[in-house]
Amino acid sequence: MRKSKKFDQLVKNAAGRIVPTIVNGQQMVPYMGIGKYKPTGRKAAPMISSCADYPPDGNKVVPSLKEALIRCGLNDGMTISTHHHFRNGDLLANQIFDIAKELGVKNLVWFPSASFPCHEYLIKYLEDGTINRIEGSMNGPLGKFTSEGKMKGLGVLRSHGGRYQAVQDGEVHIDIAVIAAPTADAFGNANGVHGTAACGLLGFALADSQYADKVVVVTDNLVPFPCIPWQIHGNYVDYTVVIDKIGIPEKIVSGTTEITKSPDRLYIAELTARFCDEAGLIYDGFSFQAGAGGTALSIGIYFADILRDRKWKARFARGGSNKYLVSMLEEGLTDYILDGQTFDLDGVRSMRDYPNHVNTSPFTSYNYHGKGNFASLVDIAILGATEVDVHFNANVVTHSDGYLLHGIGGWQNCLFSKCTILPVPLFRDRLPVLRDEVTTLCGPGELIDVIVTERGIAINPLRKDLIAKMKGSSLPIKTIRQLKKEAEDICGKPDNPGFLDEVVAIVKWVDGTVLDAIWRVDK
Amino acid sequence: MGSVYTSGNKGKGIRSDCFITLEKTRTKTPEILVESKVQVMYGKDIRKLIDRILTALKIDHVKIHVEDSGALPFVIAARLESVIRMAFGTKKEFLPDLLPQNKYHTARERNRFSRLYLPGNTPNLMINAGIHKPDGIILDLEDAVAPDKKFEARFIVRNALRTLDFYGAERMVRINQVPMGLDDLEFIVPHYINLILIPKCEHADQVIQVSKKIDTLQKTAKVNYSIWLMPIIESALGVMNAYPIALASDKVVAMAIGLEDYTADLGTRRTPDGTESFFARSMVVNAARAAGIQPIDSVFSDVNDMEGLKQNVIRSKALGFDGMGCIHPRQIKVIHEGFAPEAPEIEKAGKIVLAYENAISKGLGVVALGSKMIDAPVVKRALKTIDLAVSMGILNANWKESENEKK
Repeated sequence: MRKSKKFDQLVKNAAGRIVPTIVNGQQMVPYMGIGKYKPTGRKAAPMISSCADYPPDGNKVVPSLKEALIRCGLNDGMTISTHHHFRNGDLLANQIFDIAKELGVKNLVWFPSASFPCHEYLIKYLEDGTINRIEGSMNGPLGKFTSEGKMKGLGVLRSHGGRYQAVQDGEVHIDIAVIAAPTADAFGNANGVHGTAACGLLGFALADSQYADKVVVVTDNLVPFPCIPWQIHGNYVDYTVVIDKIGIPEKIVSGTTEITKSPDRLYIAELTARFCDEAGLIYDGFSFQAGAGGTALSIGIYFADILRDRKWKARFARGGSNKYLVSMLEEGLTDYILDGQTFDLDGVRSMRDYPNHVNTSPFTSYNYHGKGNFASLVDIAILGATEVDVHFNANVVTHSDGYLLHGIGGWQNCLFSKCTILPVPLFRDRLPVLRDEVTTLCGPGELIDVIVTERGIAINPLRKDLIAKMKGSSLPIKTIRQLKKEAEDICGKPDNPGFLDEVVAIVKWVDGTVLDAIWRVDK
Repeated sequence: MGSVYTSGNKGKGIRSDCFITLEKTRTKTPEILVESKVQVMYGKDIRKLIDRILTALKIDHVKIHVEDSGALPFVIAARLESVIRMAFGTKKEFLPDLLPQNKYHTARERNRFSRLYLPGNTPNLMINAGIHKPDGIILDLEDAVAPDKKFEARFIVRNALRTLDFYGAERMVRINQVPMGLDDLEFIVPHYINLILIPKCEHADQVIQVSKKIDTLQKTAKVNYSIWLMPIIESALGVMNAYPIALASDKVVAMAIGLEDYTADLGTRRTPDGTESFFARSMVVNAARAAGIQPIDSVFSDVNDMEGLKQNVIRSKALGFDGMGCIHPRQIKVIHEGFAPEAPEIEKAGKIVLAYENAISKGLGVVALGSKMIDAPVVKRALKTIDLAVSMGILNANWKESENEKK
């Protein structure tokens, strides 16, 4: 069994993975299996506030972000949250830690809903001790930094639903939430559908607004009360700050989400759509979720073609919305878009103009410690993966060389759909996607139903119903081991990365238990 | 400082390829430096392969630098062998293992609706080409390869023929124009090639030269499988000589037309209607039919214009062509649909096949449909049409049952 220098208490969890039991000083519950861990007790709750402490005219504007942070009591060891609705166009997170550095504050925990390449800037603050660790996602350069063991604290990776759960259950206590708002009023009501930095919705910040001790709304488009729609309620907000520029619009909504031109990926998309059709997963009134990747977008277009031909429509499509999903709504091919984030300007426009384009939050869509969530009502979820193993376990956070490179996003939460399909190439360049064992476990195989590759489709043996339906199909149905062998025949069998005996981050499951550990890479 | 030789590709946008630099040194033991995108997973494997090749070819006093962007082993082997041959002029080969399933041969009359061109020095486009199910795959040594890359491309093409599974597609290579193309042949003839395209063909003699060289190489390699030829007519002179070219060798199974060069030769441009090439296309169709081989149309070069491609296929089929080239996998489906047998054709063929089977079961020597007698070649064509319609999914494999139900 692996030992850890930093953390000597390691156990094997129900998925057979070695994980630490104490992380950043907090006692952890190792993963127990799907639906097995049911905490008792009450949720966390914020402090009681009194209107007497807030201006009766509703004007909570303070002169600067620095002033707001000082008034919030920014201090050593605090947890500061930000959100990724501006994606790579975020200008706020870096400024917060510039201010912390200037004030000489140390050991902060950054709790973003996701990080992007623009946050590489923060590496200097991770190095000098301003930031102790990131609990959120560590992408690209931040992932490399973490994997090489350079982060002081231990990284914690959570899904979007897991993030809501952690805040709600009190696992993470947010001291100060800073919410970037494309439009807000002085009272703190805010939305993402108006303003030059319009990004659609602010759902990722909902938990923070509800549970943080202090909440700051920062905007570059202040409107007189009321700011409608009020996606974030000013009643949760302590201070409002107005700055010149809140984000870089062209990096917030890429405007370039396009269907793939790669013939191989188009073929995988076509196979996926044909599989769904032959397996009877598409019907009048069905629902689906397809992500923003080129292959997923193409699958959505095939779905739309099938619906149009049969004069059917979907009851709802789950966003990440984009122009293709919006055109389905406009054409009447879906009754609703239930949107978690908007990927392009058409998505923003649609959310602003159409009542059937609904903004959702991780609470309604993903939170596992709620009285249900709608991820499990979705008929088909199309997701990606960096690796899948012969037991259908999948990885989305590390590369085969052991480096962290992605966050979990809503991926874990979507696994609860009625049919989860991973369309993936059999290999990327020379790297087989199908492995004996995933480098990092992010999703247990029992929740992953179908793998579609350009050289064949593997159905999880647990899905006897799907296997029976596809009997006699002309589609290339194979076993996952056959597919893995094909990949290795072409690429050769890859060596596994060497790791040092040191945990650098953990992967949480949707219920807050520890699903896997990420180890320091051996350079 | 010794002489430096290079092979392969590197830089932004290069995937599944590698760039190898070889430098002659004074030290006997080879110095090997591998920088790979997949270092952790395959670094050792790459080094082992390089050692094996150096040992097999008895090479020392070299410094080898591999800059790898995720190349498959057949690519690394090709790059290294080509750079060694440049440096040492050796003729010794390092052949990767032949995939057992690649030892197939193709029939003279097989369908050649689509043939997908792949540049011979761009391995990443070759790896998945077979999954798109073109009738033929062309590894191109001619126009798609820059002049200074012609030599190294031969090794990629040879290794691809041996190690890549094209899932039943007819395995083709377009060699360079004769006489240069004759030197390409030794890299492909012994490696289970199915068909060779001879570009810019103007005289029957060019076909004869290729055919003779194939015979010689096959004799040396002690193989005797069929290797078919498809001359490409790409000039005014070629058009005038189309018939003798078609008859030049019994290896010729098809003749193609290449319109980019042809229109340039005429001093005109390609137009969507193709009026300028009407004569040439008809000549090629007529010459091919007269010689009993398949006439094959030129490529349609706008990969984004699917409707234009569709119209082009319709015109092509109407002129009498049996297939055409494609330069992108997404064109394959449109081409197959366009050349597929049409509904009335299938229906008529079905009736003929049923009448034929009826005649056999009753022991009749003569097949008749209504009051009309049916000749053997017509039956044969009908059977082929039905097979094709079934294999393309246009006709249900149980079509006879539903036909009988109608009765």
